[in-house]
Amino acid sequence: MLLRLATVAATAALVLAGAAAAAETRIVTLGGSVTEIVYALGAGERVIAVDTTSYHPVATHGLPKVGYLRQLSAEGILSVRPDLIVGLEEAGPPQTLVQLRDSGTRLQLLPDRFTADGVTAKIRAVAATLGMAERGETLAAGVAADLSQIESILAGVRRRPKVLFLLATSRGAPLASGSETAADAMIHLAGGTNAVSGYRGYKPLSVESAVAAAPDLVLMMQQSVDTLGGVEAVLALPSIAATPAGKARRVFAFDGLYLLGFGPRTAHAVSEVARLLHPNLPLPALPARDWVATRP
Amino acid sequence: MTTVPLAGIDGSLPALRRGAVLAALALALGIMFVVAVGMGPVPISAPKVLAVLLDAAGLPSFGMIEERDRAIIMAIRLPRACLAVLVGAGLALAGALLQGLFRNPLADPQLIGVSGGAAFAAVGTIVLGGTLLIPVTAILGVYTLPVAAFIGCLTTTALMYRLSTIEGRTFVATMLLSGIAINALAMAGLGFFIFMSDDRQLRDITFWMMGSLSGATWKQVMTVAPFILLPCVLVPGLARALNAFILGERDAVHLGFDTETVKFAAIGAVALAVGASVAVSGTIGFVGLVVPHLIRLLGGADHRLVLPGSALIGGVLLLAADLIARIAVAPAELPIGLVTSALGGPFFLWLLLSRRRTLG
Repeated sequence: MLLRLATVAATAALVLAGAAAAAETRIVTLGGSVTEIVYALGAGERVIAVDTTSYHPVATHGLPKVGYLRQLSAEGILSVRPDLIVGLEEAGPPQTLVQLRDSGTRLQLLPDRFTADGVTAKIRAVAATLGMAERGETLAAGVAADLSQIESILAGVRRRPKVLFLLATSRGAPLASGSETAADAMIHLAGGTNAVSGYRGYKPLSVESAVAAAPDLVLMMQQSVDTLGGVEAVLALPSIAATPAGKARRVFAFDGLYLLGFGPRTAHAVSEVARLLHPNLPLPALPARDWVATRP
Repeated sequence: MTTVPLAGIDGSLPALRRGAVLAALALALGIMFVVAVGMGPVPISAPKVLAVLLDAAGLPSFGMIEERDRAIIMAIRLPRACLAVLVGAGLALAGALLQGLFRNPLADPQLIGVSGGAAFAAVGTIVLGGTLLIPVTAILGVYTLPVAAFIGCLTTTALMYRLSTIEGRTFVATMLLSGIAINALAMAGLGFFIFMSDDRQLRDITFWMMGSLSGATWKQVMTVAPFILLPCVLVPGLARALNAFILGERDAVHLGFDTETVKFAAIGAVALAVGASVAVSGTIGFVGLVVPHLIRLLGGADHRLVLPGSALIGGVLLLAADLIARIAVAPAELPIGLVTSALGGPFFLWLLLSRRRTLG
């Protein structure tokens, strides 16, 4: 009898401890990669609303959208009654963040760095915020192992193909990514060099500067390709047609969040781009990871 | 001289009726204010809203007050409603002043470059904030953008005034045309910044250009209030002079008005009110252009009614538009400029068509 009581007490204590660790059950995530990480940690069912940059995994599609990452409304977010708001430091505007803090809701914003260490640091930070440090360690270690595997294979490669990353927002000339962008970081991780250099951020690409850059390959977001009207339309752009990449029809598109999100699927995105850049290199397939199971 | 003849102003109301119209508009503003504070994406029942407000006013309140409700009402909704009233009043008053001064029904802060100058400066800080303007942003922090918008507005207005003033005389027609030219310049500069901007900056610019009152704080309200309230209090003093302006500037001089002072005061008031409004809320279209027409359709062209009436209707309109912006797509939010144009446009057309016969 005493033993049974003790068992009951112990079970109760365990349940209570579990409840304390997973205190926050109404999470709002801001930023596509943060949302992905929360889902990859297995805490997806605790997410009740996301911002509009969060569209992976598919489970997020049915959730209320609190608006664009940089144009959030405090009362809108509070109306879904969150007990934790976790997102990228990019979130804003600043006054909204002040109002959210003043409301007493827990708000955790994390830096976004476009490096291998940046990804794992972000994963660990999200996991720590959710009280899932252990699971976070597994996830971070997995992504780090995958990334370093690719890195070690690419380390000995001399030839670094020139890659042009094109961004098309709406009408008008497409923008090319210079240094200090997520695209630039992705190109380097995949063993390429950025075809354009000399400026930071994104700038419109003129025909002449495209020809001068002479990219071997053009990389784009699927969303940009759709905006421009398909791969054929991209190949027909005067700035692309005259380049080596255009002549060899080497224009490739990936989902924007997958390619530039620097979330848990980064290693797999790097691996895919690296395969395109170095078709003759024996890049082994990365181990199957449950957090990369589905791609939108 | 005690009265100014109001020839050319059809249907101007006697003082008593004018007072009644203004009182009704003030009442409407009060009601709209309460509705705006009472409603939002977070459902808070009317008694709870009342309890929070009574408690905040230091009066004995009844029932339980939840901290969350207090935070939402006191830190989010109240400052936002105050800002909506201020910005709406400021923009509408500026529109009424400009239309009276230029004797042109199309004049508004956006047409003559007053908003354009503010927009140019604000977008410039969005695009260059991370590079060229780092020393400035380091000092001003989150206030860089509003300060830039305010300075941009004052600069373009001063430039416009200077260009149209020769030997102490200001030529109103020249001022309107130079304003349009300055606006074209500001738009060209704006286009250049947009051309230079990256994806993220472009989104920031788009949202800023469509206006928003989200993120209103008490600090903002306190900072902006003097710049808008001062013109609101002083400008009705210009009403008689602007009435005389309808006859033409020379006639206004003959009627004994110091027209140079009137022009300077009017344009100064516009710069202050629009600069402060744009600084905190971005460019919100439609209000400055159409609200003065609304009040004229309601009660005639007498500026003693048009000026204070515009300020009141501007406040009501922006409170209503902001309420819709907050709840229409909750938990997200619409840009308020979108709402003012989408709702105000058809409403104005309807009013115009229904009054077509009386307008002639």
